[in-house]
Amino acid sequence: MKLHELQIGQRAQIVEVGGEDGIAIRLMEMGLTDGEEISLIGFAPLGDPIEFLIRGYRLSLRKTEAERVEVTALVDSKL
Amino acid sequence: MIEKVPSKNLERTVAVIGNPNTGKSTLFTALTGVHSQIGNYPGVTVEKKLGWFEFEGQSIRLVDLPGTYSLSPRTIDEMVSVDVLLGRQPEVGQIDAVVCIVDASNLERNLYVLSQVLDLGLPTVLVLNMWDVAQERGIQINPEELANRLGIPAIPCEAHRRKQIDLIRSEIVKASHAPKSTPLDIFPEAFHEEGRTLQAEFQQFSNQVLPTYLVERLILDVGGQLEIDLTKPNPEQLISRLKEARERLKALQFRVPNIEAKLRYGWSRQILNGVMSVPEKRPAVATDTLDRWLTHRFWGLLAFCLAMFIVFQSISWAAQPLMKFCEFGQKQVGEMIGSLLPFGPFRSLVVDGVIAGVGGILVFLPQICFLFLFIALLEDCGYMARAAFLMDKLMTKVGLSGKSFVPLMSSFACAIPGIMATRTIENRRDRMVTILVAPLMSCSARAPVYWLMVAAFFPSISWAGGWITLHGVMLFVMTFFGAVVAIPIAWLFKKTLFKGETPPFVMELPSYKVPSPRIVLHRVFDRASAFVMRAGTLILATSILIWGASYFPSDHTEEQKVLTEIRQAESTFARELEAKEQLSLLRENHSHPNAPQAEIDERLAELDQRLKPLHDLFDTRNKISEQLLANSFLGRFGKIIEPVVKPLGWDWRIGVGVLASFPAREVIVATLGTIYSLGGDVDENSQGLQSALQSATWPDGRPVYSIPVAISIMVFFALCAQCASTLMVIRRETNHWGWAAFTFAYMTTLAYIGAWVAYVAASWLLAS
Repeated sequence: MKLHELQIGQRAQIVEVGGEDGIAIRLMEMGLTDGEEISLIGFAPLGDPIEFLIRGYRLSLRKTEAERVEVTALVDSKL
Repeated sequence: MIEKVPSKNLERTVAVIGNPNTGKSTLFTALTGVHSQIGNYPGVTVEKKLGWFEFEGQSIRLVDLPGTYSLSPRTIDEMVSVDVLLGRQPEVGQIDAVVCIVDASNLERNLYVLSQVLDLGLPTVLVLNMWDVAQERGIQINPEELANRLGIPAIPCEAHRRKQIDLIRSEIVKASHAPKSTPLDIFPEAFHEEGRTLQAEFQQFSNQVLPTYLVERLILDVGGQLEIDLTKPNPEQLISRLKEARERLKALQFRVPNIEAKLRYGWSRQILNGVMSVPEKRPAVATDTLDRWLTHRFWGLLAFCLAMFIVFQSISWAAQPLMKFCEFGQKQVGEMIGSLLPFGPFRSLVVDGVIAGVGGILVFLPQICFLFLFIALLEDCGYMARAAFLMDKLMTKVGLSGKSFVPLMSSFACAIPGIMATRTIENRRDRMVTILVAPLMSCSARAPVYWLMVAAFFPSISWAGGWITLHGVMLFVMTFFGAVVAIPIAWLFKKTLFKGETPPFVMELPSYKVPSPRIVLHRVFDRASAFVMRAGTLILATSILIWGASYFPSDHTEEQKVLTEIRQAESTFARELEAKEQLSLLRENHSHPNAPQAEIDERLAELDQRLKPLHDLFDTRNKISEQLLANSFLGRFGKIIEPVVKPLGWDWRIGVGVLASFPAREVIVATLGTIYSLGGDVDENSQGLQSALQSATWPDGRPVYSIPVAISIMVFFALCAQCASTLMVIRRETNHWGWAAFTFAYMTTLAYIGAWVAYVAASWLLAS
């Protein structure tokens, strides 16, 4: 699934960041590398952008940017 | 401001670099104090900030580089930082050492840029800022072990509390004398091999030696600024060599561009393993709860609207009286100096040119200070990033990002602080478009023109039991007219002048913190002094120019004679004048409900009767001023351009008024006052001016002003760049005269066409 399809509070593992352009490079520089864990914190009032938690900090991504990130959802063991 | 610490020893240059939101400016200010200087790098919009300090007899020059998440240059502006670090920026020269400031509460990501800095092989000092925030989060870091592993000093710091500043200074001095270190190397030998090959090939093509660092960046940054710059002269050859190199590396499992982030983050985690421990579960910090509310679908928007409302309300509560005070002060000083000087060109230059010009600068200061106080507060506490987050979706519709919202919103008060606030927009294209459309937002200086026109020419109709009035509706429409026009204009600029891929909105949402008063005040002072120093001088020059055009070449002896007579009459009637002032005050304030209004009015009429000789003198003076203006260069020019403004429904007098108000649009009301022989001391509420406009006629007896003419004037003022200060600030912020000229040209054209369309359309609508 894609990163923007996560539910609020859901965790996922990054599989791949698609593309080789500036946006893809910026995403990777911000720490979205394969194998890394990321979770969705919430949406902006108009549904876009989206707030994520990765490597211990909060990151805002637009939907179009989150769409490039392939993830696998993690089943939360704490539930 | 430009104060350089005298150097006993040879000055050393040290660059300061770090991620955005790490408190870099705070540290810079803490290290250098007031010894700083702000300028621009040639040809780019990057701010060049230098500072000086002396420690243990060594003087250090600090270069503050823009906050960045990475050293891979993707834009011309980012290229500046890399050039400075490599000593390729001639205005800065060789760099002796680097200070890398990181957010201790977010170390893993912050070490990314550190790893790139260490690749440079320059002596480096690591500052672990926001140590307190990390502690609060339960993050344990062992700085000694970290320093050990990195081979550089690592100093925990709370820059906003000025902790450890002297230790950092001493480490900077030490590092600035240290020899070059071996670059950190986390890439495989095969990659360096490709770098050397490409370096040799590049030398063959262009006969210049590219530093190894840049060659390697060229390979790593697909589509980056280096690729754009370097492949320009001989595109085919170098691009194909570059592609081949990347292909060969890919075959060796070294996939560009993904590999860099993977290796650097791997390095970062390895360094931190055993040095830093993060609690399993993020402790529930108060700011997280706060954030949930402030970015909430409903409450977040409500809080945002409330914040914006408070900002603008306080500006009108606090700044307006101060601005009135500035205007009052200007008048008082003008009168005081005026009474000391004999009548003549010199007095007129001082009073109507210089003092009016200085007043025109100072009147903006309260607004600038207050708006920057709020912007600095919002920025320093971390809310600014949330504001951009909340508003992004809305702004993407225009082709901009959420970061343009606050600067554009600020421009409703005044475009100057709005344009200065665009510094928070990193993307150059977005920033330029925001700067270019900001002057279209209806600033407070346009309001008097709207008031005057609406009050004089629109019937007072009201609906819904007096709740909605035609005047109110017109004022509302005019206030938002510019912003509505700005939407297609911004879209057009994005499609033509500033074409390019949509910049990413990949942005950190920093944790909230209590803003530091010292930093906030420092920033306000910085902005205010930059405005007065840089824009102020030019505004003054423009004011004097317009004064000259309206004063010369007429003969002012008759006016001076009348003015002398007025001065004498004023002292003769001093008692009556004072009595009249007191009575008028009483009448206005209704402070004595028992005082019969009729009696006051009667006494006022009686006083006016006695003051008639003085009033007659005023009338003569006004008639003379009208004649003088008509014969001045400005007046002559107005008559020459009458055919140009006629299609807008204007006569030469409106034309002159508009011309004279190009330095500052609020001047129009006073200029119209002069033109219609009422003297300069009128405001938009004065009945005299309103009736003078209503009764003005063309030579054939038709009235000049009508509803279409009023609309045409308002549309012109809504769209025109009649503000020298704004243009000066655009020049300063874009670092180029061309953009100020462009703004002036496009807005004036837009205003002319808009006014013409409005006039024709309104005439047609009212006729049918």
